[in-house]
Amino acid sequence: MIDTHAATDVTSTDTPAVSRGGLPLDRVPLAVHDLTVAYYRKPVLWDVDFEAPEGKLIAIVGPNGAGKSTLIKAALDLVPRTSGRVLFYGKPYRRQRQLIGYVPQRESVDWDFPVTALDVVVMGRYGQVGWCRPVGRQHREAARAALEHVGMGDFAGRQISQLSGGQQQRVFLARALAQDARLYFMDEPFAGVDAATEKAIVRILHELRSGGRTVIAVHHDLQTVPEYFDHVLLVNLRVVAAGPTASTFTSENLQKTFGGRLTLLDQAAHALASRR
Amino acid sequence: MTWYPLDTGIVLVGALSAVACALLGNFLVLKRISMMGDALSHAVLPGLAIAFLLTGSRGSLTMFIGAAVAGVLTAAISQWVSELGQVEESASLGVVFTALFALGLILIVRGADAVDLDPGCVLYGSLELVPLESWNVAGFPLPRAAAPLAVACVLNLGFLLLFYKELKVSTFDPALAKTLGIPARLLHYVLMTLIAVTTVAAFESVGSILVIAMLIVPPATAHLLTDRLPVMLLLSVVLAMAAAVLGHVAAITVPTWFGYADTSTAGMMAVVAGLLFGLAVLAAPRYGLARRVAQQFAVTLRIAREDALGLLYRIEETQAGVSAAAVPRLLREALGGSSLLNHWALRSLRRAGHITRADAEYRLTDAGRATARTLIRAHRLWESYLTKHLALRPDQVHAPAHRIEHFTTGAMREALAGDVEPATQDPHGRSIPDEPSAGEASAVQ
Ligand SMILES: Nc1ncnc2c1ncn2[C@@H]1O[C@H](COP(=O)(O)OP(=O)(O)OP(=O)(O)O)[C@@H](O)[C@H]1O
Ligand SMILES: [Mg+2]
Repeated sequence: MIDTHAATDVTSTDTPAVSRGGLPLDRVPLAVHDLTVAYYRKPVLWDVDFEAPEGKLIAIVGPNGAGKSTLIKAALDLVPRTSGRVLFYGKPYRRQRQLIGYVPQRESVDWDFPVTALDVVVMGRYGQVGWCRPVGRQHREAARAALEHVGMGDFAGRQISQLSGGQQQRVFLARALAQDARLYFMDEPFAGVDAATEKAIVRILHELRSGGRTVIAVHHDLQTVPEYFDHVLLVNLRVVAAGPTASTFTSENLQKTFGGRLTLLDQAAHALASRR
Repeated sequence: MTWYPLDTGIVLVGALSAVACALLGNFLVLKRISMMGDALSHAVLPGLAIAFLLTGSRGSLTMFIGAAVAGVLTAAISQWVSELGQVEESASLGVVFTALFALGLILIVRGADAVDLDPGCVLYGSLELVPLESWNVAGFPLPRAAAPLAVACVLNLGFLLLFYKELKVSTFDPALAKTLGIPARLLHYVLMTLIAVTTVAAFESVGSILVIAMLIVPPATAHLLTDRLPVMLLLSVVLAMAAAVLGHVAAITVPTWFGYADTSTAGMMAVVAGLLFGLAVLAAPRYGLARRVAQQFAVTLRIAREDALGLLYRIEETQAGVSAAAVPRLLREALGGSSLLNHWALRSLRRAGHITRADAEYRLTDAGRATARTLIRAHRLWESYLTKHLALRPDQVHAPAHRIEHFTTGAMREALAGDVEPATQDPHGRSIPDEPSAGEASAVQ
């Protein structure tokens, strides 16, 4: 793998140790500066500036194709950045891998792959296991505990295609828990799950938050944003607005993010109004 | 059939090439890039030709280096083409490898006088000639061609064992692999290089067609048979060896049945591998056709059995004696279904002790009656329910109730009984039997 960001990252280690918000940088889980990403010269993210507060649940909200998944992938060096800088707790990604967990969109993997639910969760521990070493007992146990934690203990030995969509999502979540990270990125963790699984996921998000972890999740259901998340980042090519949900998740900002295309907006505005 | 030591030598070389290929092929199949095997085994040709033209040597090392470079280039170029041209990877692969293969052919034909590489031989190999160059190991003629193949096997197996978990995660979820610091792309290129090198090691003896078959067919067969990765890897090796042994046996026996001399072992190995795959498609435990057909038949038979019980129960209710000979006719008239199926159903009910045949009459046993009762209960409860909630006329509810009665669980019957009023009589005025008591129900088991 060729690391195309090596040059920028080296200089970024000696940037000022204070964030724009005045916090020491090593207390800021994610700081994105002037991030631009383009596929085949077509920009899909433009000049993104964002700082994630520590210990919060943060929603990334925006229409389809707004660049939400791309934002996460660019931060994690999974797609090349055209320009810009991303720091995790004050350091570039390469040096903080162990602190960061990633739950990709469920469709991104092949569920016919011949592995069990437990095998998938164990993968979350590979970073700790080290190269060419077999997976030790303690890692298997940690993985099993994570599976139990998401209520999937009975399914440990199941091949993963024989799980329902919600159960697959829980397995992904368990894998992230097994990773034991400080900052989590989750791409649409609530996509296609039923009410029970949604509750279970929310409970786990809350537990993560009380453990001081930060979670950044792409979320599509506008109705539940204020209920589940402390902060929001509204994106559509650029950052439309970012900040605490109460002050940022307004129908005005949503209008700017989604343009005229949403009647859902009115519903969301309605939901908001009824909460106040 | 007579078996000579040279047959053993041929099988050994065939099996070693098959195993070396199958080991790596597992990951091509799992990455869903089976075409890559095809591409690589063709695209190494210009690598071989150029290596020869540059060095003038046909030594193994030169050939392997040429192949490795060509392999990596194929994988890399096709990736660039697909990224830059925004086309599907398999399409760009098709373009790249045919172009490289053509280039290789031109180079070989151009330098034909100097180069002793024969395109035909590259395609079909010459497995039968392998024993001509042998070492004598304690009286056994060990073909020289076995040596590079054994090395390839060891190399490939070592790679798989050493990087097992890295290969697993970067194949299943490349994004996760990268975030864990596992260089998925580097592993991919190492895999491609090993395939290219294995291809060359196997070329001379078995030819590129068999190489392609062995890269893909045994792993694909193994994938059908299991859903555990370690088992899949092991099975693919066993299947590869089986194809080699059976292929050679078939090659020297089958044609003689028809009065011909024996045929190409490499060809037969590919045929046998294909047959094994076909068998797996039919018989695979979970995805197999045979199993699906069997499952459907099991459901059909169960329904026919239940229908027969229901009919006998209704006959018992009306207290009209019906001769055993009339039962099949009644079954056919009342319920449709083929005579053969009804015959089977009655026979299996007798075997299971649900009905007896005495005095030329079929009678329900206690166990049979208990089962029939739950069925009739479900049927009549559904009739009441459909009348109540869908406002259907009593003559409209029999058919739907008759279909759904076979899929009604105890919990559903309970819920239905709680819903309909009265729970003792159906819309036609017939009584709804009680749930069998615990004692009766246990007789059913
Ligand atoms: N690998 C790729 N190659 C080319 N274009 C891409 C690629 N991935 C995404 N894009 C484009 O980039 C834009 C942003 O995509 P992205 O996946 O980040 O959107 P998203 O906000 O996550 O959308 P969704 O809500 O549908 O998941 C889209 O216009 C998409 O077509
Ligand atoms: Mg997305």
